[in-house]
Amino acid sequence: MEVSAEAKRIMIVALGKLYSSRTQRGGLRLHRSLLLTLVMKSARDMYHAAQATTGSVASGCEQQHYTAEPHPELQGPAYPATGKPRISPREEVVGPPTGAEDKENLCPTGPAQHSRKRRGKAAVEPDFLPCKKAKLEQGSCPQQLAVNPLLMDYAKCSSELGAPPTPMPLQRAIAAC
Amino acid sequence: MGEDAESPKINHTFLRDYVTEADVISTVEFNQTGDLLATGDKGGRVVIFQRETESKGESEEVGETGDSGEYNVYSTFQSHEPDFDYLKSLEIEEKINKIRWLPQQNAAHFLLSTNDKTIKLWKVSERDKRPEGYNLKDEEGRLKDISTITSLQVPVLKPTDLMVEVRPRRVFSNGHTYHVNSISVNSDGETYLSADDLRINMWHLGITDRSFNIVDIKPANMEDLTEVITAAEFHPHHCHLFVYSSSKGTLRLCDMRASALCDKHTKLFEEPEDPGSRSFFSEIISSVSDVKFSHSGRYLLTRDYLTAKVWDLNMDKGPVETYQVHEYLRSKLCSLYENDCIFDKFECVWNSSDSVIMTGAYNSFFRMFDRETGRGVTLEAWRESSKPRAVLRTRRVYTGGKRRRGDVGVDSLDFTKKILHMAWHPSENIIAIAATNNLYIFQDRVNPETQAQ
Repeated sequence: MEVSAEAKRIMIVALGKLYSSRTQRGGLRLHRSLLLTLVMKSARDMYHAAQATTGSVASGCEQQHYTAEPHPELQGPAYPATGKPRISPREEVVGPPTGAEDKENLCPTGPAQHSRKRRGKAAVEPDFLPCKKAKLEQGSCPQQLAVNPLLMDYAKCSSELGAPPTPMPLQRAIAAC
Repeated sequence: MGEDAESPKINHTFLRDYVTEADVISTVEFNQTGDLLATGDKGGRVVIFQRETESKGESEEVGETGDSGEYNVYSTFQSHEPDFDYLKSLEIEEKINKIRWLPQQNAAHFLLSTNDKTIKLWKVSERDKRPEGYNLKDEEGRLKDISTITSLQVPVLKPTDLMVEVRPRRVFSNGHTYHVNSISVNSDGETYLSADDLRINMWHLGITDRSFNIVDIKPANMEDLTEVITAAEFHPHHCHLFVYSSSKGTLRLCDMRASALCDKHTKLFEEPEDPGSRSFFSEIISSVSDVKFSHSGRYLLTRDYLTAKVWDLNMDKGPVETYQVHEYLRSKLCSLYENDCIFDKFECVWNSSDSVIMTGAYNSFFRMFDRETGRGVTLEAWRESSKPRAVLRTRRVYTGGKRRRGDVGVDSLDFTKKILHMAWHPSENIIAIAATNNLYIFQDRVNPETQAQ
């Protein structure tokens, strides 16, 4: 249990760092972004492994922390089940974290397939709007997903593992930054 | 740890000792003779220090040979300015990432300095004479009235106050898409390499509009990216060999005679991972932050987050020596990750005879390891505890057992005081340590320290 809590914390911190690195002077640092992504993947894998082993025991208490429903049914307005709109307290964290400034320096996991649109620092496009390229590799998922592109990757990967993923609601990630 | 009376140090540095971000030293390098020492800072400035050669009358050291050993400011210049990439809407920092001196060929000195994108070659020359007695100009340079000239004279060179001129001779731009982390001058004296996260280019010192790409590890799909280049260096004697380190902790030795593009290494140096020590942060702490050839060219010195390793070029299965720099931080990796310290890139250096290696740590501490005995010593670069000419005392981080007076607890370490950059004189025991915005120069008058930790 401790492992999954720590893994979650690490993922949240990594997300926060990746977001804030967009506004860093000097542009996106590829090495740092890569390391953060590796940490996140590592934490995600451990998290899901821990979830899989603890199974139903954990899911009861863990689920209430999540406001999202299982993956294939994720849709824009339904995503934050608490009913709160998906707001971002800071403008700079909205939108794909890395796709914006530099195509070459993209974060290696995921955002590449989403939104090629250049977004400036002040972009306020809300996350609950469907992404244009929300196409997943698993089976049928015709609905467009409102999941942040960064989280898309581990949603994708989780499906490969077979366990139903429980992505963190975005406002938790932002709150932790 | 931490159960002692010492409370965690609250960092008042910002209030007590305001440090301008621009003054933070980002690189330190001696030239080949050690007479000159260059530092680069985050503000894009380069400061060159020169060693005084005249022995001062009041030198207090007995047995001192001619050199007083003091380094004084020789020249200061603005190397790089903040720039902007309009195409990508990105600021380009003016911070000097590396300085490398060229071997001296004439009276002038040359150095290469680089920021994230552009490398510049600077000529540092002295002028201590000026011509006087022009026929058509007067002393201030104004044109004389021709009617007043009655005779001709030959201008003569008269000694004048020493002036140090620094001029940019070459600008090597547009060679890198990613951030330049290393430059290294080749032993052939004509070429140098520059490395960014994914590519290494070779340049000729005289040609600025072309460079030769010798390593390219950029994957066709950036999503497949698994490692980046973190440092690169030419072999000190063999002009066809160079090494580069990666974020995965591997070293690759490349021979430029083998092929034009050295993507395929000649030798891969890799230590198998210890599965028992696997953690969330294994990848981060195994990333090599610096690689240096020994002066002999036989060994490689690498630094990752917790250790410094010596590799034998003839053995690629693993390092021949591993030194724990601050193993007590292994249990603190999570907090170091949260406060970003885990991403710090420490440099490492050899002494002139390759018998001692040195690297930095936190709390203004730096470590020296004697390769023969395997023992390490911790020293401190901190103004308040070292007066000029005072002997550096060794420090200790308390990690258990009997606690001695002066030991510092792990929780009391100041992680904002990091020693990242340093240099060792090429032939003597003189070291230059950069501690944020301060430069410390330590000299050993007797012998290298061999005290136990």
